[in-house]
Amino acid sequence: MPDTQIFSGAFAEPVFAAQSVFRTVMDCMARPGTIGTIAATARPPQPLGAAAGAIALTLCDHDTPVWLTPQLAKSKLPGWLSFHAGAAVTAEKQDARFAFVEKGAVVPGFGLFAQGTQEYPDRSATLVIEIESLEGGRPLVLTGPGIRDEAMVGPQGLPDTFVALAGANRAMFPRGVDLILVAGDRILCLPRTTVINNREA
Amino acid sequence: MTTAASELATYNFAYLDEQTKRMIRRAILKAIAIPGYQVPFASREMPMPYGWGTGGVQVTAAILGPEDVLKVIDQGADDTTNAVSIRAFFQKVADVAVTTKTREATIIQTRHRIPEERLTTGQTLVYQVPIPEPLRFLEPRETETRKMHALEEYGLMHVKLYEDIARNGHIATTYAYPVKVEGRYVMDPSPTPKFDNPKMHMSEALQLFGAGREKRIYAVPPFTEVVSLDFEDHPFEVQSFDKPCALCGAENVYLDEVVLDDRGGRMFVCSDTDHCEDRRDHGHCGTMLAYNKGAAQ
Repeated sequence: MPDTQIFSGAFAEPVFAAQSVFRTVMDCMARPGTIGTIAATARPPQPLGAAAGAIALTLCDHDTPVWLTPQLAKSKLPGWLSFHAGAAVTAEKQDARFAFVEKGAVVPGFGLFAQGTQEYPDRSATLVIEIESLEGGRPLVLTGPGIRDEAMVGPQGLPDTFVALAGANRAMFPRGVDLILVAGDRILCLPRTTVINNREA
Repeated sequence: MTTAASELATYNFAYLDEQTKRMIRRAILKAIAIPGYQVPFASREMPMPYGWGTGGVQVTAAILGPEDVLKVIDQGADDTTNAVSIRAFFQKVADVAVTTKTREATIIQTRHRIPEERLTTGQTLVYQVPIPEPLRFLEPRETETRKMHALEEYGLMHVKLYEDIARNGHIATTYAYPVKVEGRYVMDPSPTPKFDNPKMHMSEALQLFGAGREKRIYAVPPFTEVVSLDFEDHPFEVQSFDKPCALCGAENVYLDEVVLDDRGGRMFVCSDTDHCEDRRDHGHCGTMLAYNKGAAQ
């Protein structure tokens, strides 16, 4: 009985679902502040949401160690990732290429994950963080590549220190981690190039 | 499954296997996050030789979906060998819709030109890149060029441009003209004529670069600063042409020289064939457009 959660819930049409999820992530990564919708459905074990599960199936495989929060690591998710994506879970944040944080969990410091090196800044982690909502929170102003002048977002459910964390991440450029924020079936990407500030009152 | 899908039984959609696509897709995401930086990737053998656009083909195959409309150009033209064969390849392995019209395309794979028509949001330009490393002819060792990028040590490139001026009185580099992306990485825009460099700056379209033999992917996101390197007293300039296109009369476009006979006869025509045809369809005439004059009137 417990195995049904592990062996089911992958894409019905893996080739086309992965393509559509990737294009949404690519477009959002290229245009930070733009909210995209994950159309394909995956059903990962609780408490990870459907959209984050779809991103995992699209991008993770045996080449990408995955870090999970303690709650996710205790769930059926490691087995599900292993069966459907062939991805191994690592306890070492430094080794992870992807990290998943479910809604409400503590967001670890970005600096604990692989930042890449000055020669190979691409060897860094991508963090997939589920939050309450992508709108309605404290307004943040985004500037940087992919944004015409500036973009305004208001994600709800990020730690209070988020702007400082993101600022420290930006200061490391070209090293640093890239973020994918997920709420429901919608995503918002914040690559390391994006400058994030609180809106001045 | 649809009939189209069942006819494609021999290969996976868009030729590449899913693990390869994931690997390329991860490289593309990191490339977008670090504009101008060359991400190494595990380039595959493709059913065409290196040098025929295998990098661009792999990037296109990794992003292409059934909803896309693909345009392929080779030196601006839709009807040259490389463009025709790559277009046919994707029709065969992905059953994707194709077009020659720039504004209808969602993905444009290009060899050495950027279309004259301004690209818009929702379009992706995929470049075929022979040598992605702008410093390669100045420093052959990969270990060294990588260090130079890491330390943002680009003095050598300025020396090269200065030597151009010392020898020729002006910067003689006319294609693959180096650019600086977002004030950080010096990047090779692939061997496009420098005429096209200004189109990369703050482009609305996403630009992806694939180098198959050299196994590198890099990217310029939309609305990103792309500045051609120059000097205060020798500012960057694009090529200008004395005459308009002989077929459509267009000015301020990039022209190809066509030799007509062995007595020095020649004409200059638009390198972007779609742009030229579109203008002729709208009644524009150049000096050597004979057959169409009656129809246009």
